[in-house]
Amino acid sequence: MHSPSSEPVLHLVPEKGTSYFRHALRDLAEGLKFAKLGCTLGWLDIKLRYRGSILGPFWLTASTTVMISAMGVLYAYLMNMDVHKYLPFLTFSLILWGFIGGTLQEGCTTFTSAAGLIHSARMPYSMHVLRSTVRNWLTVAHNIPVIVGVFLWFHVEPLWSWTLLPALLLWVFDSFVATFLLAILGARFRDVPPIVASGIQIFFFITPILWTPDLMKEGQDWLLLNPFFPLMEILRTPLLGDTVQVAVWPAALGWSAFLASVTFVLFARMRARLAYWV
Amino acid sequence: MVSIRVENLAVSFPLYHGTTRSLRKTVKSSLGGRFTQDKRERVVVQALQNINFTLQPGDRLGLVGGNGAGKTTLLRTLAGIYEPVEGSVTVQGQIGTLLDPSLGMNLDLTGRENIHLRGMYAGLSKAAIRQVEDDVEAFADLGSFMDLPVQTYSSGMMVRLSFGLATAIMPNVLLMDEWFMAGDASFRQRARSRLETLVSKADILVLSSHMADVMADWCNRLIWMDNGHIRMDGPTEDVLEAYLGKPLDTVLSKRKNDESDPLLSLTPEPIEAVPNPHTL
Repeated sequence: MHSPSSEPVLHLVPEKGTSYFRHALRDLAEGLKFAKLGCTLGWLDIKLRYRGSILGPFWLTASTTVMISAMGVLYAYLMNMDVHKYLPFLTFSLILWGFIGGTLQEGCTTFTSAAGLIHSARMPYSMHVLRSTVRNWLTVAHNIPVIVGVFLWFHVEPLWSWTLLPALLLWVFDSFVATFLLAILGARFRDVPPIVASGIQIFFFITPILWTPDLMKEGQDWLLLNPFFPLMEILRTPLLGDTVQVAVWPAALGWSAFLASVTFVLFARMRARLAYWV
Repeated sequence: MVSIRVENLAVSFPLYHGTTRSLRKTVKSSLGGRFTQDKRERVVVQALQNINFTLQPGDRLGLVGGNGAGKTTLLRTLAGIYEPVEGSVTVQGQIGTLLDPSLGMNLDLTGRENIHLRGMYAGLSKAAIRQVEDDVEAFADLGSFMDLPVQTYSSGMMVRLSFGLATAIMPNVLLMDEWFMAGDASFRQRARSRLETLVSKADILVLSSHMADVMADWCNRLIWMDNGHIRMDGPTEDVLEAYLGKPLDTVLSKRKNDESDPLLSLTPEPIEAVPNPHTL
């Protein structure tokens, strides 16, 4: 793509055939070049959230602590479970779910809230997605003290298996892809944020978050049809010191591959139109 | 070689949020006009149609035309923000856009932080960003306000910062919207000399403005946009005279007499009765 004089060339024509996919890949590659900017913007978003606040980032830590101690004791009693087993489970579940909910909800407004930036200079769309993803990971990191506290208090012994690393990487990947998908849909249809909000609420109750999966006497395999369940399991189970069921990893990978391919095709198809929508 | 080539460019905006039956009826009944329907029967606004031109190094193109003629859309298309619906746009060279004064400006961040961000938008190295920082600090003359949130700035300080920032990065191809000539009179003189340096260093300039004297001074070619079409394309004087409907000398000399407003606004004589979209 380099001209003899090495000036950058921007050649734009309506997309057709394979150019949809080539340009989508180019956007992702350029997004990598802007990775530092994406991270800086995500970090600044978090920093600005706390300007003028006294407790600052610890609001989130404190509210998670309060919620977990209240709900952990009550629900352990209601469900006839040992607090020492239930409370660590609930801690992970709620923190991970908080991350999922935040990611999905903020995903919808990723492009619409960056409209000013999109309209003022050409920039890879993946940069905006990265910004949102970084922001959400920084948010969930506020809860690390709670996790450490629960670990020490209840003497939880995690299974430090090697699968924790790929599980974490899969989460990073999926959060980026899910943000991307909802960002595109949210730019085109303004109904997406309320749909996602009510979807999150429904899945909160039908996914094993408040209740452990072994409360289901039979038919646990059906849970694999819920994309959130296998993803939660690959991270939560080893941290709580249990072994992951055989079918969970394939399900998690399968759902992730499905999500990624749908998102890529949609992005390739719609990339050139995004600036017109926001 | 730095160049811009635009061939048969067309850009249209779909109206997703108003696809009601009455709007469709309006479209069907309006003869021609700028509302049309695409292949999938969606209502679209034709923002640009059949645009052709080529620019070589040294060209300073001015865009004139009424509100909604498609000047800003054309600038954004040249910047690669809107991709063409038909035709092609080829830009060779480092593009710099001064389309939106608030690009990268976050009101909650300090002036210095905003400068850093803007440098990163432009993909500059750390050293280059520091250089920009010094340059802007010297130009904007904000003193200790540099380290306070932009929110606390007076509007004059804000203009100085955003202007200094926007003009600190030198591209080959400069795309500029008219907001640049805004600002208070005392600031204008300083702003103008800085902008002239920037413009003289760029190989190609595309400027959209309402100010006759700016156009006459800076541009050697004008395109008169009307309803998304090129109505006239030629040397500055010819197009300006046709656009204003009177000899250029009278406009510019009138400006010299009128000291209170040195940058006289370009108001064209009414050309024809343009249907008002709001009454449709």
